[in-house]
Amino acid sequence: MAKNKKSETVDKKTVIEQSNELFDFNGVWDYAPSPEGTSHVKLKERYDLYIDGKFVAPSSGKYFKTVNPATDEELAEVAYGNEQDVDKAVKAARVAYETVWSKLSAKERGKYIFRIARLMQEKARELAVVETLDAGKTIRESRDVDVPLACNHFFYYAGWADKLEYAFPNRKTQALGVAGQIIPWNFPLLMAAWKIAPALAAGNTVVLKPAETTPLTAMLLAEIIHESGLPAGVVNIVTGYGDTGAAIVNHPDVNKVAFTGSTNVGKIIQKAVAGTGKKLTLELGGKSANIIFEDAPIDQAVEGVVNGIFFNQGHVCCAGSRLFVQESVADMVIQKLKDRLDTLYVGNPLDKNTDIGAINSKAQMETILKYIEIGKNEGADIYESKCSIPKKGNFIRPTLFTDVAQSSRIAQEEIFGPVLSVQTFRTIDEVIQKANNTPFGLAAGVWTDKGSRIFNLTTKLRAGVVWANTYNKFDPTSPFGGYKESGFGREGGMHGLGAYLKFER
Amino acid sequence: MERLEILKTYKIFIGGQFPRTESGRYYSPMNKKGEALANMCLSSKKDHRNAVVAARKAFGSWSERTAFNRGQILYRIAEMLEGRKSQFVEELVKQGATAPKATAEVDLAIDRCVYYAGWCDKYQQVFSSVNPVASSHFNFSALEPMGVVGIIAPQTNSLIGLVSTILPVIAGGNSCVVLAAEQLPLCAITFAEVLATSDLPGGVVNILTGSEKELIDAFHAHMDINAVLYAGENDEHARKLEEGADCNVKRIIRYVGGLTKTTDESPYYINDFQEVKTTWHPIEHVGGATSSY
Amino acid sequence: MSTNKIHKKVPDFRLSPTVDKVGVEERVARFQTRSIKNESKMQGLKMVLNMIDLTTLEGKDTPGKVRQLCYKAQHLHDVQPDLPTVAAICVYPSMVAEAKKALGNSGIKVASVSTAFPSGQAPHEIKIMDTRFAVENGADEIDMVISRGKFLAGEYNFVFDEIAAIKEACGSARLKVILETGELASLDQVRRASDIAMYAGADFIKTSTGKIQPAATMQVTYTMLCAIKDFYLKTGVKVGMKPAGGISNSKLALHNLVMVKETLGAGWLNNEWFRFGASSLANDVLMQIMKQTTGHYQSADYFSID
Repeated sequence: MAKNKKSETVDKKTVIEQSNELFDFNGVWDYAPSPEGTSHVKLKERYDLYIDGKFVAPSSGKYFKTVNPATDEELAEVAYGNEQDVDKAVKAARVAYETVWSKLSAKERGKYIFRIARLMQEKARELAVVETLDAGKTIRESRDVDVPLACNHFFYYAGWADKLEYAFPNRKTQALGVAGQIIPWNFPLLMAAWKIAPALAAGNTVVLKPAETTPLTAMLLAEIIHESGLPAGVVNIVTGYGDTGAAIVNHPDVNKVAFTGSTNVGKIIQKAVAGTGKKLTLELGGKSANIIFEDAPIDQAVEGVVNGIFFNQGHVCCAGSRLFVQESVADMVIQKLKDRLDTLYVGNPLDKNTDIGAINSKAQMETILKYIEIGKNEGADIYESKCSIPKKGNFIRPTLFTDVAQSSRIAQEEIFGPVLSVQTFRTIDEVIQKANNTPFGLAAGVWTDKGSRIFNLTTKLRAGVVWANTYNKFDPTSPFGGYKESGFGREGGMHGLGAYLKFER
Repeated sequence: MERLEILKTYKIFIGGQFPRTESGRYYSPMNKKGEALANMCLSSKKDHRNAVVAARKAFGSWSERTAFNRGQILYRIAEMLEGRKSQFVEELVKQGATAPKATAEVDLAIDRCVYYAGWCDKYQQVFSSVNPVASSHFNFSALEPMGVVGIIAPQTNSLIGLVSTILPVIAGGNSCVVLAAEQLPLCAITFAEVLATSDLPGGVVNILTGSEKELIDAFHAHMDINAVLYAGENDEHARKLEEGADCNVKRIIRYVGGLTKTTDESPYYINDFQEVKTTWHPIEHVGGATSSY
Repeated sequence: MSTNKIHKKVPDFRLSPTVDKVGVEERVARFQTRSIKNESKMQGLKMVLNMIDLTTLEGKDTPGKVRQLCYKAQHLHDVQPDLPTVAAICVYPSMVAEAKKALGNSGIKVASVSTAFPSGQAPHEIKIMDTRFAVENGADEIDMVISRGKFLAGEYNFVFDEIAAIKEACGSARLKVILETGELASLDQVRRASDIAMYAGADFIKTSTGKIQPAATMQVTYTMLCAIKDFYLKTGVKVGMKPAGGISNSKLALHNLVMVKETLGAGWLNNEWFRFGASSLANDVLMQIMKQTTGHYQSADYFSID
């Protein structure tokens, strides 16, 4: 019996291998390069800190370089803010809160935010190009996803400013004061919007620190905010490294800390604010499950899986990095996935046809490659896209592992790159158990044609966002955030306001 | 001949059972007059662990009960409490309250149970939302319980604080491990007897008596506790909880003031121990038919 | 070339895979973001020209009109050298003989609609005769319509048997099966009709008659391409695809090619396996080719209308 079984699996594999050669996705006709123009974008050589409505040099006089991860070319120098600069920024935010922002009528406050949203829309293409240059993400995504969503986020929360009493029935709300906000490098402008817009709408003032590898769009946003005439000190942007962020977290006059980033750093921050009375929200890592049942619309599910893990080079906290496929359709799904991997274009992020851009940094590239090695050593089967990749810059072929064990590190740890691990399952209980068997709880995906099964799963999966028959969708009106070690608090929607308010009981 | 009174042995409440502490230890809290109240279990970390295991086991089925059913059971708690009113009054008096104050506290506790019983099938409607996303998807956010909640009850009162912390937590579908007021523990164990006779599944509420100082670390260090409600008075303990919470990114929530006032009740206490889950699903628009057809 | 067989063993068509329309729309939107520039645009445009079934299916068609169209098919735009010809001329059965004569040995195929096109509302025998007539007059390809009424009533066996019967009547002519997707209401139904047609021996599946809106939307074409892919994986048999109706400009045609390339690969990027049913597409493609060649945006006045 056992022998039979083995030969059967071998047979299945040959079918898959053969069929992979049945479709030729690279021959005959290819797309010529179609790069987005950059001539209308004028980057400065040097970006200073934005504190109290002015662009000021860092007190240390130090600057650091930010590079284009696709070419390793230097884009600009950016100020390295230290404790002193953070202190200046917090003081400016405090003064602005006490003397201007909290005195302003909610309606007027909202109008400033609306104005910022509009200015961002006017400069949308410029923001998209700079985002792509600095972060390595594809122009298709920065143009169609990041920047519009960022604008819409400001637009959405602008309208809340004078309607807060409707969000929390029977409660009088009050702003917290100064919000210290630290954002990651995967969605630089969008995360800035997720942080700043609700904070301002709720009546707080802000000190924001962008990630050190992707500070440019935050500085463009600072220019937009400056142009909008927002009172000085309401938004302050201090660029720098981890120590700059730590200075914000530890500043005694900060009332609120909001952090998006890795679970490790989130835990350090949670410890740091303990006993200080600072309100805290954390949006941390994930290892989200994407589950395909045999009755699913398979082609759309495959597309959803691809979008789930390869969107933004896999640098997505809610990436669907664990795929669970029902055994009866596993061969077909895996094969279709491989075909789809072969049709992905990896390369110049500015090219409108590029599907997968550059890995954000050398350090992240090393992390991902390390995990790919781990996967191979753990005995999983690797498949890498046949697509070509540029010789220079940080690029990794979209990769999937099959025959992955639940206990395997590539199935347990967040890789934050274009690497998918595939497991199979037989029954619904089994897959729910495996999907929940993780310290994380950010997101999950379910693919099935059966409505009652969707609701069974969406209620039992312990995750803050569940995408049924879709994946990686975001909207300003839609609350986002995790269970368990993926953090707490929500961003987006009505629920996102709660993170920036206190109640007068 | 005078009848000899049967004294109650105060035990702890784990998984619907009333075991003694596995450590065999006891302590004897005193009232203001210096009289020993009883020999209470001095619960150990192992008792705490057993309670967490029981709470985790109970969580799944409790959270999946219909909201209506949870409301029925919470109302049943109120009924059982009402039936044992005199016992609670007696204990409160024993612990140092005047009779009228004791009666008022028990009345408030019963009414608070009824209050949260009524919320079970309503808070979801108050705090959920349908989100009008700018794409062809149906999107809604609903509340789900956090899981196993550790509760350190107010230390300044015996019954009302206990009820005011436990009820919103279980009304929302969580299970919990409760540390009773260290020096005023009698009502907590009698309340456990109320729970045990009110259709509440075993393990949903587990009540320990003992030392806050000794057990505080167990609350933040246990990886299977999702959230801790600290209603005690000790700032140092509150800070310890927050510092230790990073082991599994625990949610730590603090209430001050003992929750003794008539106004210390609201659905926001339920909301504090809920996660928000957002669900997306595509909407298929076929043909040209609109809703005005 | 050899044509496809009628399959003896068929699946239960009620269990055809489901399709999520919103997911399909998203995938199609991705195809449409592909930017086709410079040499790949030129290459693509020439492929499009070479895949066109130049069509006239009007009640007012005359032999003269058909002859003009046949001339156009062979001389798309003589001022530009190195242009391919279209793949075929598509006409009513009564015009097949005229077309055949006019096209001579140009290599351009003659396709004939049949089975009481476009409604398909005729007795079985007449549909068979209609087909035989076209084949006997020299049609290389037959574009039949399915019985949508029967299909929507769930009589999948009837639809299958009818396609199989027409297939037999085709002899060596290749059979294109028109699903008339605009009448099928949902992508699930499009998928099911595609499966029925392929198992019944279709050499091509085709979206529309061109007489009903919507016709060849990219959503529908994509759904059918996925069906072709699955059929190929299951049976090893290639089936061609013909979107027809509504593809009137180059950009849309190129995006259709993108869709074929990324779904089925290079093996389908030729007129043996992919066609456009269109009447006005050719001139727009020609204008684009001239723009690429000369650098001047073009005027319709410089391209013959036939």
